[in-house]
Amino acid sequence: MKGLIVERAGPLTLLQDGGRFGVRHLGVTQGGAADWVSLGWANWLLGNAPQAPSVEITLGGLILYAEVSTTLALTGADLGATLDDEPVAPGSRFTIAAGQRLALESPRAGLRAYLAFPGGLDATPVLGSVASTMRESLGGLDGQGRVLNEGDCLTWAGDDAGRERTLPSGVGTLPGDGERVTLALVGGAQIADFSGASVFEAFNTAWTIDQRADRMGVRLTGPELRYLGEGMVSEGIPLGAVQVPTDGQPIILLNDRQTIGGYPRLGALTPLACARLAQCQPGTEVWLTPVAAGQARDAHLRQLMCWR
Amino acid sequence: MSDPSIETVGMDSLIVRLFDNIDEENMPWMLAADRALRETFGEALIDLVPSYTTLLVHYDIQRLDLQSARAWVSEALQGLTPATSGEGQRHVIPVWYDVSVGPELERIAERLGVSHEDVVARHCARDYSVFALGFAPGYAFMGRLDDELATPRLKTPRQKVAAGSVAIAERQTAVYPTLSPGGWNILGRTPVALFGHDREGYSLLRPGDKVRFEAISREAFIERGGDPTPLAERGDTPTEAQT
Repeated sequence: MKGLIVERAGPLTLLQDGGRFGVRHLGVTQGGAADWVSLGWANWLLGNAPQAPSVEITLGGLILYAEVSTTLALTGADLGATLDDEPVAPGSRFTIAAGQRLALESPRAGLRAYLAFPGGLDATPVLGSVASTMRESLGGLDGQGRVLNEGDCLTWAGDDAGRERTLPSGVGTLPGDGERVTLALVGGAQIADFSGASVFEAFNTAWTIDQRADRMGVRLTGPELRYLGEGMVSEGIPLGAVQVPTDGQPIILLNDRQTIGGYPRLGALTPLACARLAQCQPGTEVWLTPVAAGQARDAHLRQLMCWR
Repeated sequence: MSDPSIETVGMDSLIVRLFDNIDEENMPWMLAADRALRETFGEALIDLVPSYTTLLVHYDIQRLDLQSARAWVSEALQGLTPATSGEGQRHVIPVWYDVSVGPELERIAERLGVSHEDVVARHCARDYSVFALGFAPGYAFMGRLDDELATPRLKTPRQKVAAGSVAIAERQTAVYPTLSPGGWNILGRTPVALFGHDREGYSLLRPGDKVRFEAISREAFIERGGDPTPLAERGDTPTEAQT
């Protein structure tokens, strides 16, 4: 079948959807698009279900050759996308003609771009999802979780991209110029067992995104947080959990995190905050800000309403 | 079981804490709570992750807010009675115990001043309870180990532990379902598959199951489809030996 051929895959280009649910009790990680908001908008631009299978491109380096014409949508990071050397605006839908090449070079802003296809990409779900988790050998084009490789052919489910749509302004997950990145955190778990000074510092200091950041977790550097409680028995970990290992430097656990773990936590970032974090390059300063679970839920439901 | 606590851990997740310490006696209660929560939440449940003493309830915020979710947990746990001991499955897992595929057999035998066979006999001597699944798909944390067998994790984890590797750490034992990094002490290898997409229920082992290991020969291991390739990396010395 004809489609888009991967001529160059880049360092980390993965099939993703909304994630793998209902199997975490078996030790299977959630997976799914790290910036699920950008995934949702890319699919919305084509009239797809918000979490339809798409391509997550981290850091760029991707070249696709079109064997057939179609309409695509690209959101998330600005990776310097071009269509036969003509710039493609970030956050847009566009037509690619047979014989054209789409290239994503390197990050100008953000880290992860999402490329959506009419009706969603073709791939066979494994345990209910096409989300690629390399560590677990689940999902992706081959069902074994591998990254996209040179020579892979991408095909999609629909032949109609629906009516023309443009992104509403101000909906992206990338911080504006000079904007302070604040990440909403629902306090809980072991937060009461940290020193008072540490809880104060957690919410009143700039944290720096460390180089050690991937789809499992993002390490923050800053003041050393002190946990005063006892050793813990491993327990289930929600998305965005802010865990603090013995060195006192928090790690925010993302989509490919382990299902259970035994480090104390301050609570968890909201899923919306996780999406923004997924676009923060190493060295970025971020601030944690407390939010009530109810407020976080309202904001989340408002986001989902946008795609109805 | 003491009064369970219900703790907020995120926008859409609660931890239900039933116990404070790891204990085989927890398991009938954990199984009962698992079932009750699944029944009560039904379609509003996204994931339920039991682990030793707690259950993480990830609920659908499009159907429930925090107050209702808490109320549903309380309702589910009302009048909970422990599952009967017969509910978990029993498994016998055949293991080829050999230094080539289980390098730490040597060091543990040395430490105890006994033969390899004695270490194997001790590992095979009791039924282990599956406490929790985690770390990797189908990876089951089991215990408790014979006190004397208890061994600290390797200080530097191996980059590659072969699928089927049977391992111990502290007072727990486990089997690596797939090739992965790992810091546990390896004693041998099983030819049995622990996890598969095509397997009914995907995972061989579930919390509350009972497992006994049984020593088999190299020939029997290969006959049952086992891969006898030696574990390439030697483990480093355990933390305890360095301090």
